[in-house]
Amino acid sequence: MPMPPEPMRHFQLNGRDCAVPAADHALLLETLRETLGLTGTKQGCDGGECGACTVLIDGVARLACLTRTGECEGRTVETIEGQGVAGRLGRLQRAFHEKLGAQCGYCTPGMIMAAEGLLRRNRSPDEAAIRAALAGNLCRCTGYVKIIEAVLAAAADG
Amino acid sequence: MEPLAPFSVVAPTSLAAALAALAEPEARLVAGGTDLMVNLRHGIGAPRTLVDARGVAELRGIAAQGGGLAIGAAVTLAELAEDARVGGRWPALAEAARLVAAPAHRAAATVGGNLCLDTRCTFYNRSAWWRAANGFCLKHRGSVCHVAPTGNRCHAAFSGDLAAPLLAYGATVEIAGPAGARRQPLGALYREDGAAHLTLAAGEIVTSVQLPPQPLPARYAKARARQAIDFPLAGVAVALGMAAGKVAALRVALTGTNASPFLLAGVEALTGAVPDAAWREQLGKLVQKQVTPMRTTLLAAQYRRRAAAALAMRLAAGLAGEA
Repeated sequence: MPMPPEPMRHFQLNGRDCAVPAADHALLLETLRETLGLTGTKQGCDGGECGACTVLIDGVARLACLTRTGECEGRTVETIEGQGVAGRLGRLQRAFHEKLGAQCGYCTPGMIMAAEGLLRRNRSPDEAAIRAALAGNLCRCTGYVKIIEAVLAAAADG
Repeated sequence: MEPLAPFSVVAPTSLAAALAALAEPEARLVAGGTDLMVNLRHGIGAPRTLVDARGVAELRGIAAQGGGLAIGAAVTLAELAEDARVGGRWPALAEAARLVAAPAHRAAATVGGNLCLDTRCTFYNRSAWWRAANGFCLKHRGSVCHVAPTGNRCHAAFSGDLAAPLLAYGATVEIAGPAGARRQPLGALYREDGAAHLTLAAGEIVTSVQLPPQPLPARYAKARARQAIDFPLAGVAVALGMAAGKVAALRVALTGTNASPFLLAGVEALTGAVPDAAWREQLGKLVQKQVTPMRTTLLAAQYRRRAAAALAMRLAAGLAGEA
């Protein structure tokens, strides 16, 4: 039996209008990585336990592995690919680089997007607020100290 | 990526439309999806249609109601945790909401979803191939409970956090379905069976939860392996009122230890007394007697039993001290 064509989904992706085919059961993580080729968003546990696939939906951190693409209709979606501006690193990317907040790098896109969500609603978070905002993002390399220093530095950077 | 069996999604905007959609065969309600989507990816259930609850007007919002509050089932845990009325008068509920998983989950997960959370077990919350290799289990597709192989019941634990403070506050739930709407005490939503822990009939959904006025001072705490993301190994809510140095009212509710959340029985014997160390020991013993944790987590059942008792004693001591 031929599969029906996948309906088009429309949302703002990293500031640009995006129209992409996705079945009702397609997950945002699949659509981003496999249909749109945006592989910056990482596939980790596939079960909402690691935070590697964290993106912003309407400015709020969400897990792309648990979100259906259809849920994004008419909304804004932001991924790590939207962090750099005109080929230059964003403030969080720069801070993670300078403060050695990334080691193997696998958790970094999710960490940065979760931190971006925090900085949107709290421009100068303290360490406790950063720890709370990143509580769902696992890192097996850094021990988190350098990540927290990086977010503090990015916040100070304005 | 583990394949997700195809399903279609409908997004009704009214309760009547949602109930009609749920009356179709193999339809499942979904809201935040933080529980259901994980299970679907593990091959647990293969609904033909998901009915998205979040656009249903009747399920949204928190409203004052007769001195108490009515909380819509589609209110997110983030909204609940940030609501000033909840935080001010029902702090144990706000605390429980704040302690669920991590921010990205709470932005999606809902009150109704947390109350109707599937039960959990280390032999159940696994990938399809893992469970297949183990001959599945009593809860899904198998015939043996690997936790208690000689028995014939499922011991998966209910792990929703909100149920404990809601039980302690004496909350009721409103349920809608093909036969109409009804309101009942929250405790009646559950039964002590890990494979069928909800008493909802086919096509029924929880639409709202009601908090009665004049809550007792209450707190919620839970033990878990990591202080984020993880489900509770034991979750305890204690509501305690003092008068003239003695315990005037006491309600204790537990989650994470049994197949259903429950109110501790026999607390009447602890009222009218001074909450000293001996009193707390009695409370701890009562908790240890009624929690029935099994080897459904990687931690020993005995640890969870003792953790539940310790949390109840600690919360009661704190509340008695504040009064």
